Amino acid sequence: MANMSLKKNEMPVQNSEIRSKNFGEVALGYTEEQAIDEAKRCLQCKNKPCTKGCPVQIDIPAFIAEVAEGNFEEAYKIITKSSSLPAVCGRVCPQETQCEAKCVRGIKGEPVAIGRLERYVADRHNAKEQAEVEKPVANGHKVAVIGSGPSGLACAGDLAKKGYDVTIFEALHIAGGVLSYGIPEFRLPKSIVQKEIDGLKELGVKIETNTVVGKTVSVDELMDEYGFESVFIGSGAGLPRFMNIKGENLNGVYSANEFLTRINLMKAYKSDSSTPVQTGKRAVIVGGGNVAMDAARCARRMGAEVYIVYRRTENELPARAEEIEHAKEEGIIFKFLTNPVEIKADEKGWVKSIVCQEQRLSEPDASGRARPVPVPDAFFEIEADSVIMSIGTSPNPLIKSTTEGLETQKWGGIIADEKGLTSKDGVYAGGDAVTGAATVILAMGAGKTSAQAIDEYIQNK
Amino acid sequence: MFEILEKRSLNPTVTLMKIYAPKVASKGEPGQFIILRTDEEGERIPLTIADFDRENGSVTIIFQIVGATTEKLNHMNTGDCLKDFVGPLGRATETEGLKKVAVVGGGVGCAIAYPVAKKLHETGVEVHSVVGFRNKDLVILEDEFRNASDKYVLMSDDGSVGEKGLVTDALKKLIESGEKYDRVITIGPLIMMKFVCQLTKNYNIPTVASMNPIMIDGTGMCGGCRLTVGGEIKFACVDGPEFDGHLIDFDEAMARGAMYKPFERKSHEATCNLFSQEVK
Repeated sequence: MANMSLKKNEMPVQNSEIRSKNFGEVALGYTEEQAIDEAKRCLQCKNKPCTKGCPVQIDIPAFIAEVAEGNFEEAYKIITKSSSLPAVCGRVCPQETQCEAKCVRGIKGEPVAIGRLERYVADRHNAKEQAEVEKPVANGHKVAVIGSGPSGLACAGDLAKKGYDVTIFEALHIAGGVLSYGIPEFRLPKSIVQKEIDGLKELGVKIETNTVVGKTVSVDELMDEYGFESVFIGSGAGLPRFMNIKGENLNGVYSANEFLTRINLMKAYKSDSSTPVQTGKRAVIVGGGNVAMDAARCARRMGAEVYIVYRRTENELPARAEEIEHAKEEGIIFKFLTNPVEIKADEKGWVKSIVCQEQRLSEPDASGRARPVPVPDAFFEIEADSVIMSIGTSPNPLIKSTTEGLETQKWGGIIADEKGLTSKDGVYAGGDAVTGAATVILAMGAGKTSAQAIDEYIQNK
Repeated sequence: MFEILEKRSLNPTVTLMKIYAPKVASKGEPGQFIILRTDEEGERIPLTIADFDRENGSVTIIFQIVGATTEKLNHMNTGDCLKDFVGPLGRATETEGLKKVAVVGGGVGCAIAYPVAKKLHETGVEVHSVVGFRNKDLVILEDEFRNASDKYVLMSDDGSVGEKGLVTDALKKLIESGEKYDRVITIGPLIMMKFVCQLTKNYNIPTVASMNPIMIDGTGMCGGCRLTVGGEIKFACVDGPEFDGHLIDFDEAMARGAMYKPFERKSHEATCNLFSQEVK
């Protein structure tokens, strides 16, 4: 008998008062009882609308049916047929616009908590003593993967399972890409990312950190000199954008990338870190996406009073509802219909305040969202010690500028077909490097699609 | 792991190290830089490539002991290994089409100016090197510079070695005496480069300055190294580190360079205390 409760089982979370002062994970995860109870809310629809909402088409009703029966390992197997990073995606996927948005239970009441169940299944599996992974039989073909973020990890994992000799090249000193440098510990513990990476290593994937493709080695060299038969580019969209307003280069103004990298990758939140970060008493974050929420919540945990300024209204915030909710609970103050026009300095060249202009919403723009227009003469000033620009990122131009014959869009995205094939024979690309900044799950899906295409390409050579 | 093959003190606060890093050595060019971490907990610091040996796979770095990381680095010895060493990053110095160049270096910046002078000299360019130090004890790479220069002018603030005065005094004298340079390349403290660029602007001599700002990843990701060049935001790591000296906003660069000075001083002191405790 299905559980007909209109509400999801609530996710146990760290108290907002306490968590706004630590970097421990916010959402604590379901208990076994909660997971089974929630799984019983699933109506097991025959046409599986939720699966259609999933970018990698996980057989959601099937895994939930196993959870309801207490067969957690079976559930894990079903998920990992389609997803490479369930513990990650269960945490950071925007389920409310994907699988859960299609859930029939959501028509009247809340949808089934698919994301929370995915996380429970993955965490339960990961907590167990893992049986030794059987290494796939080597097929003797070498493939290079550039970047160890979600798309690269997914691509490498699928190819390694097919017996390919895969090497991932990573520019930073730690693997994981945005999972390591971008998403904070309190939302995605780094031990989970490490677990996924260790899993790949057990499959035989080699990871070469400290290698900047385009500088240390070129794509052509990988193919011509190092003997890689195919290359997958998953270099992400890591180039921060700025607003080009006065004062943007003052001391105390960070790109969200820099701020988050200092905190997550370089552990600047720990008192013994050798990498500094200056948040000050009040931080103003510019932007309304998930990255802005991450930056704001990090700044809060560094002890600052935090403002988020966003030029549209709450309805247009691109961040996930859950992140916005968590940010509010942690005391972050939102200033909507507000756009910065200048950052002012104190006498030492540090940020003193940010001058903003009120906006009003007008007819929709190309993105389909109401366009903000400035209200004449409606300026006001917010005092601040730091300003964090979180208005988006573009694909990194390093690979494009050093790879002859690799075509890109005007805005920098690598041009690739639906299977990830670029303008260069044997070279595939996927994730944010192709689409511009998007989600972990879409990047992971692109990595999997390209892995399939690379396999076909090499087998048919 | 990246082994220290050789370590030598150039003056009381400047150290030279040869690091085994064959991939970087095979690609590195003058003007480019590397990023290193000494250990698992270390910060990432950028250092310009001072020399490289493609055959032996070694890269030479020269650093001044200013903060915790350079202090830690200086406590490492031949045979020890650095945790991370990535590069070559940034763009190489452009030397094509040049016939006569003045290379103006100041202090530890001379370590970076030297490979540029050397490359120019090797490709048949007439090189005039003007180098400045605070005093006699701080002079580095004198023989190397002499060998790579058609003219070598040594300046010191206190007159204890070479001529007394600033590099700009010497450069001005050379220009006024009729030397015609098709480019000036300057590497050193920001304040020095600022005045070199002001001087050469008066004479309309194209001038390139090598910037060494704060950075983390070195691949265009963090934007910490941004500076204003000709009114536009540029990233030193991918667009530079060399820029048209007449367009750089040096005052802004100086303010940004001082951003973490108090932190740096504190953590340097803490590291020094740590080392002195170890000695006890």
